[in-house]
Amino acid sequence: MSDRIKTGDGGIILTNAEDLMNWARLSSLWPMGFGLACCAIEMMATYASHYDLERFGIMPRPSPRQSDVMIVAGTVTFKMADRIRRLYEQMPEPRYVISMGSCSNCGGPYWEHGYHVVKGVDRIIPVDVYVPGCPPRPEALIGGFMKLQEKIRGEHPLAPELFLEMEGKSD
Amino acid sequence: MTFQEIVNILETQFADLEMAADEKNPQPVLSIPANQIAAVCQFLHGHDQLYFDYLACITAIDNGPGAATMEVIYNLTSIPYGHDLTLKIVFPRNTADQSLPTVPTVSHIWRTADWHEREAFDLFGIHFTDHPDLRRILLPEDWQGHPLRKDYTVQDRYHGIYVNYEDGPKLE
Repeated sequence: MSDRIKTGDGGIILTNAEDLMNWARLSSLWPMGFGLACCAIEMMATYASHYDLERFGIMPRPSPRQSDVMIVAGTVTFKMADRIRRLYEQMPEPRYVISMGSCSNCGGPYWEHGYHVVKGVDRIIPVDVYVPGCPPRPEALIGGFMKLQEKIRGEHPLAPELFLEMEGKSD
Repeated sequence: MTFQEIVNILETQFADLEMAADEKNPQPVLSIPANQIAAVCQFLHGHDQLYFDYLACITAIDNGPGAATMEVIYNLTSIPYGHDLTLKIVFPRNTADQSLPTVPTVSHIWRTADWHEREAFDLFGIHFTDHPDLRRILLPEDWQGHPLRKDYTVQDRYHGIYVNYEDGPKLE
C-alpha cells in the first residue's frame, strides 16, 4: 500500500455501466464546428471565454466524423440543405441535433416570402432540442445543451430493444 | 463634368442614338436603346475626358406582365474625375413560352459586371449576350424560375423538401 493519500476518503463510487456511460457521453458533447448565419455569432460567443462552453466538456470538432452533436445555427437555405443532410449522415451514431434560433426552427422571418429558406431544419434531419430566439442569447444555447444532457441521461444505450419494450420504455 | 456636358459629348459621338435624358430627380438618368449599351459603355470607358473606369452597380427591375417591360440600370463613376452617370435601358419582357430577353454584356469592359450580370440573370432571367460565364450565382444550379420577377411562383418542392411553410409535413 502506498503512503500517499489522494482523496482523503475511501474513493469508491457505486454505479452501473449504463449510468457511467451516459455520464461520460453527456459530459463530453462534441459539436461540429460550423455555423450558418447570425446565430453562429452567438454560438461563437458561447464558445469563447466569457461563457466558456468548454467547462461543460463541449468543444467544437473540425470534422463530422468526430462529432456527437450538430448545432444548426442559422438560416438553412435550400442550397445548404443537401450539405447539411450529408454532414449529418457523416456523423457517427449516437448523434444529436440542436436547432438554434427561429430560422432553423421553423423558417423564422422567412416563413412566408423566403423562397430560398427551408421552413425548419426538421424537414431534412431529426432535431432533438429546439432553442428559440432570434438569435438566442448564449444562456439560451447553454440551456439547450442542458436539455440535451437531460435527454442523454435518460437513455438506455446498452439495453436490448426487447427488454425496453417489455419495460414500456421504448420510444 | 455635369450631366449635360456628358450628354453633349455622347450626342456628338453617337449622332443617331435615341437618348432620353431625365433630370427631374437629384440623380439624372440617361435612357438609351438596349442594343446600344455595350457600344456606349465602351466609349464612356475609353474617352479621355469621361473616363468612367468604375461600374458601381447594375440594377435590374421587372415592371411586371402588365407593363411587359424590364429595365437594367448602370451606375458609372469616374474615380479620377469624380463624376457619375446613370444609364438606363428598357426592353420588352418575355412571357412563359418565349425565350429570355437579351441585353449585350458589358463584362468585357468592366470585370465587375461579370457577377452583376450573373445576379441579374439568376434573379430576373435576363440573358446577357456574349457573357463569358452566364450561370446562376446565388441560387442552386437546378432551381426553377427567376424569383424577383413579379409573376414568380415558387416551385412545389426542391430535392424532395416542400418549399412552402404550409405544405411541409415534418420528417418522420
